[in-house]
Amino acid sequence: MLKLHHIGKSFGPVEVLKDITLEVKTGETLGLVGENGAGKSTMMNILGGIFAPTTGKIEFNGQAFEPVEVSESQQSGIAFIHQELNLFPNLSIKENLFISAFPKKQGFFNTIIDQKSLSSQASALLAEVGLSVSPSTLIGKLTNGQQQLVEIAKALNGRPKLIIFDEPTTALSQQETDRLLQLINSLKEKHISMIFISHNLDEVKSIADHIAVIRDGALIRMQEAEIYSKKEIIRDMVGRDLDQFFPIRSTHPTESVSLEIQDLNADGKNDLSFSIREKEVLGLYGLVGAGRSEMARGLYGMEKLYGGQVRWKGAQMHKLTPQNWIRHGVVYLTEDRREEGILAFKSIRKNVQLAALPRFIQRFGGWLDYRSIKREVSSKVKATRVKYQDLEIQPVSELSGGNQQKVLLSRWLMTNPSLLILDEPTKGIDIGAREEIYQLINQLVEQGSCVLLISSEIEELLGMCDRIMVMNQGALTAEFNRSEFDQSAILKHALKAAHD
Amino acid sequence: MIKRLSPYSTVILLVLVMLLFSSLSDGFLNGRNFMNILIQVSGLAIVAAGMTLVLITAGIDLSVGSIMFLAGVVSGKIVVGGAPLWLALPIALLVGVAVGWVNGIAVVRFKIVPFIVTLATLYMGRGFGLYISETRAVNLPESFLAIGTFKLLGIPLPIVIMVLVLVVLHLVLTKTTFGRQLYAIGNDKRKSVKAGIPVNKLLIKVYLISGLCAAIGGFVAIAQLGAISPSFGNQSEFMAIAAAVLGGTSLFGGKGGIFPGTFIGALLIQTIQNGLVIINADPYLYPLITASLIFVIVLIDSREKFGSHV
Repeated sequence: MLKLHHIGKSFGPVEVLKDITLEVKTGETLGLVGENGAGKSTMMNILGGIFAPTTGKIEFNGQAFEPVEVSESQQSGIAFIHQELNLFPNLSIKENLFISAFPKKQGFFNTIIDQKSLSSQASALLAEVGLSVSPSTLIGKLTNGQQQLVEIAKALNGRPKLIIFDEPTTALSQQETDRLLQLINSLKEKHISMIFISHNLDEVKSIADHIAVIRDGALIRMQEAEIYSKKEIIRDMVGRDLDQFFPIRSTHPTESVSLEIQDLNADGKNDLSFSIREKEVLGLYGLVGAGRSEMARGLYGMEKLYGGQVRWKGAQMHKLTPQNWIRHGVVYLTEDRREEGILAFKSIRKNVQLAALPRFIQRFGGWLDYRSIKREVSSKVKATRVKYQDLEIQPVSELSGGNQQKVLLSRWLMTNPSLLILDEPTKGIDIGAREEIYQLINQLVEQGSCVLLISSEIEELLGMCDRIMVMNQGALTAEFNRSEFDQSAILKHALKAAHD
Repeated sequence: MIKRLSPYSTVILLVLVMLLFSSLSDGFLNGRNFMNILIQVSGLAIVAAGMTLVLITAGIDLSVGSIMFLAGVVSGKIVVGGAPLWLALPIALLVGVAVGWVNGIAVVRFKIVPFIVTLATLYMGRGFGLYISETRAVNLPESFLAIGTFKLLGIPLPIVIMVLVLVVLHLVLTKTTFGRQLYAIGNDKRKSVKAGIPVNKLLIKVYLISGLCAAIGGFVAIAQLGAISPSFGNQSEFMAIAAAVLGGTSLFGGKGGIFPGTFIGALLIQTIQNGLVIINADPYLYPLITASLIFVIVLIDSREKFGSHV
């Protein structure tokens, strides 16, 4: 079906893909794993017709395949499902499905869209992915999981022979993920080949026939999924054993309360009360949509708050604004890196210095002390192990997701925070970078900070937190201390009311 | 506070305004005055319809007022100079398309933000028009005025033209691929490119259409006035934007429409103007009142987009 022969790709002197040879057979699913920046995206961009390979040949469907345009790759039967959905929330499902080629009426009115045929074709596609909503529904009204299904329906419309899934499950809840994986299995039966890229190894193992690991642009190993153990995969991905995936902290929470929240109301319905102690990592678990981010954003002054008392280190906080919080040493790492985090086209240095600039205003004259800024920025990006080429020239948009996240972490470290609110800090980030982020969190906590860790990954919370709170439909439903951690109990509390 | 703008809240506002004026003056609420309002609004409604398309793509066209003026001056000068009357309209349209094309090319090829591009063409168009007219009013021949008073099956021509333009553009927006893709572009240009929408081609067309509508709208207004003063079309861009936004079209793109939307918006603005004249309000109050209205609607539009805490 798809054969890559000795594919290599260089950007100037930088070799990003080295001699990759692999094959995907008809109806087979290949799981593709590798750290961010390992070369997966480059490989997919070559298949998608965005770049041409420097060396090697691709064979697709028995023919030489050299796409030079996105549409060409699509027409030959390759469809992409990106992590970032390409849907328009202001248009209906059926319009999104056919946005580039609407069915038209016959005869004189052949510029007019044929609504009847549009609706019936859309319904047929929705049935294929098992989504039972009206095709006239606006995309903006759907959940992430439903939107993902629409995206797949859109891909199926081109009758693809190969579908490439790039991190399709990052924005989905557990149930939605399960449903997606089921759908992928049913596509297998239709003899559609798939490449499934994910950081979630359990998913990859459950869905793929073969798993290929890429590291530093080279194919490290490709093997049947059944006999390729998770441990081996991880070792091949990072090039070493990761025995202690969640590093252990040398300190314990103290008795002194750093942040105390009483009756915080972020949704107009639920009053939330909790506190965080010094040197504590408090986890906040819940399904997507349980109201975790809304709470944190309300607390941080980025969304409307209906009421509540907040005490920070014993003193009442009156003005809950990001500016004020940063001044008090409380920072918020956003979940939406692209929209709210990075300044994509600015240099790494400009991104990192951003929040800490007031600290570098010289007493005389009010100028910024650029020498100190540069010194400190470069020490912070070293501490967070950002992989970069040039601090001053390279725009952050050129970095991989994991490295962008580390740039954002560096930004907040510049402000010497005593509380970090981390909203899904490892979403879509590879294992190596993850581990580094965990270590960084531990270092900060050991030095006396505390952390509010919001995550949809229960293992991450179990591994990192001193205490876990569960949020469900806007309310705090349970709390577990480290000694009582119990994965199934936590899950139960997060899911419970959702079924009622 | 009103949370969202919809064409229906504007309809309610329009009814309230009409009730207010009819309680203040006997001359307001009658068929003849209403016909007057429709004739008076025709120019603005046509310009605003073109503007609606631009706004839906998250763009803006500030040059429409100058296009109205320039197109009028060029065709008026040619007719006054002895050219046959029928030539006036195609020439006016040509001027509109030409300026629209410049706008489109600058936005698409040179990647300049629409606000700046059309601000520049606003001054260029006005300047060029003033140069041609030597800053004097262009008095048009009697025959020109006849266009404004001509009736087709008993309906004044300006109204017929307005209905024609608005209906066509409404169908384009709601029923054609081109129209639906404009909403996608307004929502996210990058995604639109990825989805295979010919974004650049469509954007050029949108500015062309806006230029064309401005020329038609200007022509319809001029045919009623009989002369083109040097200030003709001044600030029409704001009226057109206000009409569109009042009708529920968002300045942030991806949302809006012509029926009832922009049409009702334009009608509301014109009704207020007409009512103020009838109740003999101080003319200096007009801009104050329309400006306050624009301010409030843009405020609501922003709150809808960014939430109330910003």
